[in-house]
Amino acid sequence: MYNRDKVIPGIIIFVLFVAFPIWWGHGKSVPPPNPELPKGKCVESKEYMRSQHMQLLNVWRNKAIREGMRIYVSSDGSRHWIGLQNGCMKCHHDKSKFCDRCHTYAAVQPYCWNCHIPPEMKKFKTPQPSFLLRLFKIPPKLKAVQASSEEAEHGEP
Amino acid sequence: MNVAAALIAVIGMVLVVWLGVGVLKLYTLFGVVIPYAAFLIFVLGLIWRMVNWAKSPVPFKITTTCGQQKSLSWIKHSRLESPANNFEVVLRMALEVLAFRSLFRNLRADLRGRRLYLGSSKWLWLGAILFHWSFLIILVRHMRLFSYPVPGFIQTLNAVDSFFHIGLPHLYLTDVTILAGLTFLLLRRLVDAKVNYISLASDYFPLFLILGLVISGMLMRYFLRVDIASVKELTLGLATLHPKVPKGIGLIFYVHIFFVSMLAAYFPFSKLVHMVGVFFSPTRNLPNDNRRVRHINPWWEGVPPKFLTYCEWQEKFKDKLIDSGQPIDEDCYKEKKS
Amino acid sequence: MALPKRDELLKGVHYDEMPEKHWMDTRPEFRPGTYCYAAEPDVVRDLGLPNPRKWQPYEEDWKLPPNWKEIILNAIKDRMERFRTFKLFMDICVRCGACADKCHFFLGSGDPKNMPVLRGELLRSVIKGEFTRSGKLFGRLAGARPLTYDVIKEWFYYYYQCTECRRCSVFCPYGIDTAEITILARELLHEIGVNIDWILKPVRFSEEIGNHIGLQPHTIKENIEFLLDDVEEITGIRPEVPINRKGAEILFVTPSADFFADPGIYTFMGYALLFHYLDLDWTMSTYASEGGNFGLFTSHEKMRKLHTKIYHEAERLKVKWILGGECGHMWRVVHQYEDTMLGPAPKNLEVPKSPITGTVFEHAKSTKIVHICEFTADLIAHNKLKLDPSRNDHFVVTFHDSCNPSRAMGIFEEPRFILRHVCNNFYEMPENTIREKTFCCGSGAGLNTDEFLEMRMRGGFPRANAVEYVHEKYGVNHLVCMCAIDRAVFPALMEYWVPAVSVGGVHELVGNALVIPGEKKRTMDLRFRPLKGVEEEENV
Repeated sequence: MYNRDKVIPGIIIFVLFVAFPIWWGHGKSVPPPNPELPKGKCVESKEYMRSQHMQLLNVWRNKAIREGMRIYVSSDGSRHWIGLQNGCMKCHHDKSKFCDRCHTYAAVQPYCWNCHIPPEMKKFKTPQPSFLLRLFKIPPKLKAVQASSEEAEHGEP
Repeated sequence: MNVAAALIAVIGMVLVVWLGVGVLKLYTLFGVVIPYAAFLIFVLGLIWRMVNWAKSPVPFKITTTCGQQKSLSWIKHSRLESPANNFEVVLRMALEVLAFRSLFRNLRADLRGRRLYLGSSKWLWLGAILFHWSFLIILVRHMRLFSYPVPGFIQTLNAVDSFFHIGLPHLYLTDVTILAGLTFLLLRRLVDAKVNYISLASDYFPLFLILGLVISGMLMRYFLRVDIASVKELTLGLATLHPKVPKGIGLIFYVHIFFVSMLAAYFPFSKLVHMVGVFFSPTRNLPNDNRRVRHINPWWEGVPPKFLTYCEWQEKFKDKLIDSGQPIDEDCYKEKKS
Repeated sequence: MALPKRDELLKGVHYDEMPEKHWMDTRPEFRPGTYCYAAEPDVVRDLGLPNPRKWQPYEEDWKLPPNWKEIILNAIKDRMERFRTFKLFMDICVRCGACADKCHFFLGSGDPKNMPVLRGELLRSVIKGEFTRSGKLFGRLAGARPLTYDVIKEWFYYYYQCTECRRCSVFCPYGIDTAEITILARELLHEIGVNIDWILKPVRFSEEIGNHIGLQPHTIKENIEFLLDDVEEITGIRPEVPINRKGAEILFVTPSADFFADPGIYTFMGYALLFHYLDLDWTMSTYASEGGNFGLFTSHEKMRKLHTKIYHEAERLKVKWILGGECGHMWRVVHQYEDTMLGPAPKNLEVPKSPITGTVFEHAKSTKIVHICEFTADLIAHNKLKLDPSRNDHFVVTFHDSCNPSRAMGIFEEPRFILRHVCNNFYEMPENTIREKTFCCGSGAGLNTDEFLEMRMRGGFPRANAVEYVHEKYGVNHLVCMCAIDRAVFPALMEYWVPAVSVGGVHELVGNALVIPGEKKRTMDLRFRPLKGVEEEENV
């Protein structure tokens, strides 16, 4: 073999490149995700929810926000309230033990949480008045009052 | 004929999967055995190719010089087109491999009457670059299914590729561009008379195969949904060498993974080896420093050439040399005596 | 053989119409004007090449040796083992077609097998068909076919319709070099005695006497004396041309055409005047009397054999370095092959240093060979030459980049720099036809023979077309090039496509422009043509 000094490093780089998944995980078995399932029945079958829940949520979003329609009739005829925080999360209340398990596993970043706030969040610290607030003696409460009125979800009955 | 044969081969593959997975339920064969075998053929096949090329020497430094040589100090030489050292060769190769420099030069010739018109034609470059870059990005993006935890740059790539948030799941830009590139490359083979004339079934086959691969992947993502967590269970199982086949993954996934396997297995035995071959090309990967640095040819080194030496020649033309007043080299006779 | 009229020749040529039949089903037609004659048996025998016999390409029976197929297949295997290029180029072509309309023979003939991709495929298909299982299994679908008698004829036809100009290699995304494929294909054909007379005769002369047409030492000297007579008549100065002088500083080697064939001889006069002006310590050799090397068009072995004499002579004459004249394929050999096949250079040679300017030619420090245009450009840059460019005012000049110095060396700026200083009217041809994208003269690689005239006119058409463009736009009437084959074939090409354009070398114009102490008032150029302004003066 000629040009070993270039060909062999080349082959090594090639192998490292294509074998990336193998050395990255260094052969360690990763258990499949195990989302904590609440008791009872979901709006649709488990199989359907596994592969299509995002489509369903998309339909729900469009219905609730664009059409103001808040009732979903599932394939078995049962009726369900449309809502993420007030629907799904009523049973699946822990995001980190349900949603995140699969999403992290498959590196999916749903943008639900750009607007929605999952039920279990860290408690807000009591706001500390800033230097300016203290200087002008403005009560920090002002902001807190506004925020609490926004906490309610759209169209809450 | 060529087109039909290639198309039939690709459609046949779908039928094979339908029969094997849909009817005979050979999940492990199609989900584990074939992908592993194909990957091994791909890696070992390409290594064998490279070693095979490397077994033959490069006897001469035959750089194609596409720019000014490095000669006199006050003449600016073209570092990228006529590299004078190995560093500049790396730059040239990078430009060639990453940006398809040579294709970018492409011209189109038209003959009108007895006038020849030569104009710049970048379409092939555009189609090729769309296809290749999209393919690479898609491949890297897929690593999210083969790694855990998923490296940050792959997640970033994923986010950038779906930047416009079109539809749900978000449309990947590379899905569009690879389709555009492939369609262009295919149409070009069908429509351009010259390219059509030189195209073989083995030119259409990879195009159809990759087209099938892309379409099955897009179907799976955008239309015939499959459970991504189960898919990842399978793919990650492959990557971590703990293969298992979760139940309930749709047929479309098996079509997709079978196309990939076939592409990988076909790779080392086809023109697709240009992927690694381009790095071996002596007209591009050698510096234009021929008169400054000697290149060694192993099968001539130490083998003296046979030729008509001066002294033999002088003997032949001695009278004529003397008559026309050209000097006679006496050394020729001295050497003989000693 | 009647060559069609200028406007008729390209009538059947269409780049976007391909034959109905698959290319594997078409056979070349050996029509006069499109192929070269076979080498004569005594030439083949003298060169020690196999299968000398009387035959001609147009005959049905080529009298190949009975085991011709075995010979070819073994020769292919041998080349595969020795040339990575061959293996690689046979493997990685994707038939993208970027090269298709880059070949001057395709542009001039419209013959699809002159597309570089198909030229390669002629050989690639056989390698697939004979050496790979998939090729045998899938046949035509995989682009494979068996080696047949007709394939040999096709190879001969098309590998002697390639001038090894490497234009396609510039455009290929993998740098596949059709010249390399052609060189090796010709080597294969040589093994069964299929070759052409126009190449092998010069090879024999070079091997036995030292130069292409077999000029013997006394004839060379006489020829040079004749040229010097003319120089004396024109300039009043008789430069000295030292021959076989031991101990000179520089050995000058140039293609032999420069001292026997019009218009190369004017370039030679330019060299002689320049060296006289500089009072250079130089010598020529009647032994190493040829810079050109038709061995390159035959086989690597012959190329090596013919080129050895230059270093050998440099060693005997104990010169310090070698200066090379204006030649195309000579410079391919000197630049890309010489050091590998014959180096390291003899010990008496030193890194070339211009005795006039003191410039050290670092880029030639291993081979010790400098191109005369590099040498002269350096002189001009250091203001060492007194030049009167108006003496070339009767020329409106354009410059043709010869294939080999362009794409196998990269010498673009040096000749242009010289031209800008020795003449006042210099115009470039269109961008896509110069520098690395330059078009071949159509007659390189040993195809500059008269029986090949039709293909030469076709192959030279793209170049001529660009000359015609500047001829009409700027009134260009003189085509300058630095290649002996160019100088030999362009006059005929110009006469056919663009009459009224003459052809010459760079140093002819240098010779015209050089103001030499002690010369008489110049009224004529080196071709005995009156200088601009002189005629009018005389008439007044």
